[in-house]
Amino acid sequence: MIIKRKVAVVGAGLTLFRRRMQETSRELAWEATKMALETAGIELKDVECVVMGSAPDAFDGIHMKGENLADGCGGWRKPYTRVFVGGGTGVFVPIAAWWHVASGHFDICLAVAEEKMSPCHPHPQWAFHTIFDPILSRPLGVNLIWIFALEMHRYMYKYGIKKEDIALVSVKNKANALDHPCAQLAAKITVEDVLNSEVLVWPVQRLDISPITDGAAAIVLASEDVAKKLTDSPVWIEGVGWCLDSRYWTNRDLAYPKYVEYAARMAYKMAGIHNPPKEIDVAEVYDPFDYKELHHMEGLLLARKGEAPKLTKEGVTQRDGDLPINPSGGLLGVGNPIAAAGLMKVCEIFWQLRGEAGKRQVPGDPRTGLAQAWGDLMQIGTVIVMRA
Amino acid sequence: MTRRVAIVGVGYSDFRPATPDVAFHEMMFEAAVKAYEDAGVNPRKDIDSFIACSEDYWEGFSIFDEFVPDQLGAVLKPVCTISADGMYGVINAYLQIRTGAFDIVAVEAHSKASDIVNMWHVMAFAFDPIINRPLKMHPYVIAGLEMMKFLKDSGNTEEHCAMVVAKNKKNAMKTPYASYGSIISPEDVLTSETLFHPLKKLDASEFVDGAVVIVLAAEEVARKLTDTPIWIKGVGWCTDTPWLEFRDWSRAVYAEMAAEMAYKMARIHEPAKQIDFAEIDDKFSYKELQHMEALRLCRKGEAGLLVEEGVTERDGDLPVNPSGGFLGVGNPLEAGGLVKILEAVLQLRGEAGKRQVPKAEVAVTQIWRGVPTTSGAVVVLGRE
Repeated sequence: MIIKRKVAVVGAGLTLFRRRMQETSRELAWEATKMALETAGIELKDVECVVMGSAPDAFDGIHMKGENLADGCGGWRKPYTRVFVGGGTGVFVPIAAWWHVASGHFDICLAVAEEKMSPCHPHPQWAFHTIFDPILSRPLGVNLIWIFALEMHRYMYKYGIKKEDIALVSVKNKANALDHPCAQLAAKITVEDVLNSEVLVWPVQRLDISPITDGAAAIVLASEDVAKKLTDSPVWIEGVGWCLDSRYWTNRDLAYPKYVEYAARMAYKMAGIHNPPKEIDVAEVYDPFDYKELHHMEGLLLARKGEAPKLTKEGVTQRDGDLPINPSGGLLGVGNPIAAAGLMKVCEIFWQLRGEAGKRQVPGDPRTGLAQAWGDLMQIGTVIVMRA
Repeated sequence: MTRRVAIVGVGYSDFRPATPDVAFHEMMFEAAVKAYEDAGVNPRKDIDSFIACSEDYWEGFSIFDEFVPDQLGAVLKPVCTISADGMYGVINAYLQIRTGAFDIVAVEAHSKASDIVNMWHVMAFAFDPIINRPLKMHPYVIAGLEMMKFLKDSGNTEEHCAMVVAKNKKNAMKTPYASYGSIISPEDVLTSETLFHPLKKLDASEFVDGAVVIVLAAEEVARKLTDTPIWIKGVGWCTDTPWLEFRDWSRAVYAEMAAEMAYKMARIHEPAKQIDFAEIDDKFSYKELQHMEALRLCRKGEAGLLVEEGVTERDGDLPVNPSGGFLGVGNPLEAGGLVKILEAVLQLRGEAGKRQVPKAEVAVTQIWRGVPTTSGAVVVLGRE
């Protein structure tokens, strides 16, 4: 495997993350796009192609949502493509944008992710009901929180993990988000607050879970020559990986996300990373639920199986710890507009590696970062490794 | 920067107007097994990446990507969905291989249109929810309006459109996977029921079920797998504007721009001379004419004339839709682009049997995403 062309991120943009934003989906997408173009120092006419991502059409109630959003994402009279891997879409958008540039066919590619969940009535969980098999599972009236409860329970049972240890993730991420200007649910809370919050589906409680959010994110990718002209501090995309497991989630090992491991191994191989916990300086790990951060740290080989809670307890994953995880505040703190949340993580790594993360900056001049998302029916891992 | 990419395997399931006996994953399995056999590859060992093309509302799922891997032999592999026509999938597979990180990529798209009980309502959900949807119009109103504007500006006539229908349905008589082949006259088309003036019932393609899988490989791998690799010479794709209010109703700008991109890559300067046959989008009869002009297969306003003179017949100088097109095969939703590429590959390999066009060295394939979009793609294929 010889990748012929280096690809860099040269600009990033992010909207406020809020529930019930007044802006339309197109306007949200354009706001993030405009910011990304401005920080990259280019105009829309310089963009050669656009890759966009957005989670189910059912949120907006628009068939072929990608088509409707095209001009909001800058995709007017340009090659424009929507990619979609459920919740993993946010990190998959830059992966698809990467192959557009790495192929040698484009020098500047815009990657946009947008999500407007709040128009979905009575609740976006009802859109999630229709991600299940119509014959085998839908008649049970399932939604996503049910199966996450099963997975969380299995994870806790297999490794003897306590809810108190998992709650620490929520406490950390919501506190980290206090420094994020776009954050929706930043808060100073305690483990007791999490344990005393409303039970949704045991063992999942209100504060274990990320909110419903509207928002958009965008980044600009460029080929090596162009990137070096545009900026003195490009952030290189050195490894990408993705992996999809079987549709039959009932046959999977719920305690360990093997598909995340496979995706990570693909990205590490491309980036030449042999010892992830040592070589990764900062990671944005998908955390729609607090236990998922732990689950994914293990899948990404950043912690041994069942040991991520220990690292969290010891403060290793704090912003000033040895392996900062989700310095942005993650989905639990900043918010979870599905596809945009994943790309927000890539934006955060971009800012961290450029030393532009302000109050969120992790110490020690981080050189290598990772962003990961997860989606479909507990089924896909998407991983991107970036270097300053 | 010179890594060439070829199509090394094609497979398709039975194409039928209704398939109550099989589920979508069974159709996908059938197409995949045939394509892998054709290419001589084992999906679990040999294929590096899989791309499926679907739209959630066609499928009746919120995240259809979930239901893709098992029947393609793609479990625990890099798999993704491109929310667009299958031709976009082929283009992305091509780009993936060009990076150097992937050697063999498989692309899948299918239609289970017969499962959609409220097709017009589903299609109407593609209208802008604030500006257009409250008008409660049938989605084919867009086609009627566009047809009127295109015919008026280009000088082509309703009779030319009717000739396209007669030609394509006749071509489809010899295509084993075509569902709507018939011998009809242009008068039959002109006297069929008016849908939205000037669009007649027979001007619009009917829906069909089916699945197609296509396997692509990098040059060094392709040469080992097959003696007849079909090369991807150029790709292009483009979205104009989602707004009904601001689009160009007479020209297919998306097809013009996509074709320019693909032709530049394929070094095609005079398409009408350099291209031997075309498989282009004819979801509506006038679209074949409009797309011929957008793809510079003829001069502006002369597409109808070519059809009239028989140039676009299967044995003419520039056969257009020798498969029978969507008017003859049926409109398989997002699998449309793969049907076009499938036919072009079979023709270029010389495996098209009774419908073989006389000269098949270079082909152009093109797709449009249907009403109300202005998106489409172009792929140029060749034997060399």
